[in-house]
Amino acid sequence: MLELVIVSTLNGVLYGMLLFLMASGLTLIFSMMGVLNFAHASFYMLGAFFGYQISKFTGFWVGLVAAPVVVGGIGALVERYGLRNVHRHGHVPELLFTFGLAYVIEEVVQMVWGKLPVDYRVPAILDFPAFTVFGTNYPAYKLFMLVISVAIFIALLAVLTRTRVGLIIQAALTHPNMVAMLGHDVPKVFMLVFGVGTGLAAVAGVIAGPALVTQANMAGLLGPILFVVVVVGGLGSLTGAFAASLLIGLVQTFAISLDVSVASVLQAAGIDAAPSGGVLGDLWTVTIAQIGPIIPYLLLVIVLIARPTGLLGNREA
Amino acid sequence: MSDLADIAPSGTFAQAGSRPSIRPRGLGLVAQVLPWLVAAGILVAAPLVFTSGTALTMMSLMGIMVVFSLSYNMLLGQTGLLSFGHAVYYGLGAFFTVHAMNVVAANRLPVPLPVMPLVGGLAGLAFGILFGLISTRRAGTVFAMISLGIAELVASGSHILHSFFGGEEGITANRTKMLRLFDVSFGPQIQVYYLIAAWCLICALAMYAITRTPLGRLCNAVRENPERVEFLGYEPQTIRVTAFCLSALFAGVAGALAAINFEIANSAYLGVHQSGVVLLATFIGGIGTFIGPVVGAVVVTLLQVSLSDLTEIWQLYFGLLFIAIVMFAPGGIAGLALMHGPLLRAGTAHRLVPAYLLALGPFLLLLAGTIALIEMAFRVLVKASDGTEMTLAGISFDAAHVLPWLVAGAMAAGGALALRAVLPRVAAAWHDASEAAKEKLA
Repeated sequence: MLELVIVSTLNGVLYGMLLFLMASGLTLIFSMMGVLNFAHASFYMLGAFFGYQISKFTGFWVGLVAAPVVVGGIGALVERYGLRNVHRHGHVPELLFTFGLAYVIEEVVQMVWGKLPVDYRVPAILDFPAFTVFGTNYPAYKLFMLVISVAIFIALLAVLTRTRVGLIIQAALTHPNMVAMLGHDVPKVFMLVFGVGTGLAAVAGVIAGPALVTQANMAGLLGPILFVVVVVGGLGSLTGAFAASLLIGLVQTFAISLDVSVASVLQAAGIDAAPSGGVLGDLWTVTIAQIGPIIPYLLLVIVLIARPTGLLGNREA
Repeated sequence: MSDLADIAPSGTFAQAGSRPSIRPRGLGLVAQVLPWLVAAGILVAAPLVFTSGTALTMMSLMGIMVVFSLSYNMLLGQTGLLSFGHAVYYGLGAFFTVHAMNVVAANRLPVPLPVMPLVGGLAGLAFGILFGLISTRRAGTVFAMISLGIAELVASGSHILHSFFGGEEGITANRTKMLRLFDVSFGPQIQVYYLIAAWCLICALAMYAITRTPLGRLCNAVRENPERVEFLGYEPQTIRVTAFCLSALFAGVAGALAAINFEIANSAYLGVHQSGVVLLATFIGGIGTFIGPVVGAVVVTLLQVSLSDLTEIWQLYFGLLFIAIVMFAPGGIAGLALMHGPLLRAGTAHRLVPAYLLALGPFLLLLAGTIALIEMAFRVLVKASDGTEMTLAGISFDAAHVLPWLVAGAMAAGGALALRAVLPRVAAAWHDASEAAKEKLA
């Protein structure tokens, strides 16, 4: 039991930090433009594939730096020539623009790299077990992922709260007109934040690519979870996104390791009364591990009904 | 969501100075009935004109998609609710219909096939009430996110409830095993087509009638300004729930028609991808008008079927078309076409022809160049093992050489530059024509 708790906690925190790498950019972009970027997970996917492609020629480390820069550049261009033009039509077309973009990026990735997973490997220098808990080797690469995510989290926090640029960004989030009056180029700030946000998602992609599966459906799998994180945490709230990332990360990781169903619980209690079949029978024998993937959505629906601002948000979604 | 008002053509019409009330009242009834008679005529005559099996299959798909898109537009266009999970009701409608068909066939119940879509509609309505009550308390992003959450919940749930949803392979049914009326077996596709066409017309009429009721007007009002509706003494949530349930009902009918057409329901029916397709179709057609989703459904089905024959990467073109519509014509295809209505009525539309012809050349050049670039990239990146020789528009060349790339690149870039140079003239011609129209109608 203790083994399960320790390993799942480590994995959960790791997954949560990865989620936060993406959710931080997404929630910053939302605070600024008031639009949820549907394509955010697609930039994460682009990061993974670019990282893979670059690592084929130059090794993992160049990819770790170059892929996010390239993806961030693409993100900035998308903001400048796409979103900014759509902005005048209103929020719904903006949302739909990013929706279409996600669709197109997935198609392009499928076109270039195919539908099958690509062989994105952990760099040899990190391919060893870091330590052993209860007979399970914990890979060093996962520790590396954790260190990178935490380092970026701290750096982001420092930039946003301690530097001049960070203060201007924070001001532009709430009072864009006033900031523009003071002589700052607000559209440029928006473009910068969009670029950095998508770049952060790409960092998550590059470091998650070798550990998870780098495949054309990875954006589709992760995108909705990302929404759950930012909405549950409270739209526009970085601390909320952080808390929700960890929450979802832990919940999902623990759920996967719990092979418990109604039937097995009752059996342990000495009751053996399972319905023979049908929908009720399915519900009776389904394990928590199986419903793991839907827990975040259940959480999303419940939170939005009970508290539309999210856990720590102060503005309505 | 009030920004949907920008897309609705009412503003454009008002700007162009059209006045619907100047039409004589006596013509009103004819003008109202005529489009429906034309639509019915088209539905009846279409299989006589396009007799091939492929065409028949495609028209059946169109009919289903028209109902589905129209039901979606009850939410997005008329009530201003952006849903990412509309396929939930479509899929559940399909599943309940398939199960009902199997029950009827197994027990030899005296129920004919043509009434089965009612089962789908009722299923859609029931789940619409359930999910509508919890998701419509707020519009805007909250609603969109809850709809996404519910869609993911139901889609994942369909994999768990194996006995109802049939897992990967789905649930099948046999439409010919129902009670036969007038010796119609519904085995041949043509009979199924007429069944779909009839339901399509009934549903479209019903949905159009709803837009004319006070409820329909209140839906528009809730879209524009929910606060003011509240001041008038109506509860916006009640109106949203009602619109949501009705829309789910028609989505369920569409799902039932799909289940009858394919004789199968599987979890792809209620997946997020299906929800995306209906959103794309509706928006491409145009959400500001009643006819828009019909246009969108027809165009998208046509593209899905014909483009997938022409190229393997048709979904990419589909996505690019959607982005282009969102960026340059948020009123959709129907919105673009109807913009010209006032000018046609005023008789000044011909002034646009030279400018349009001028813009057509660069536009086609840009289009051809872009398509060539995409196809060559596809050939080189994905199909390189099959050789890099390819044929486009009857011209054979080797995509590994530099020359085709230069030509295609030059076409795309030249087209784009020329289009940019020509666009001010189009804008000027538009301004000129609409000013003239205003003077004539004033």
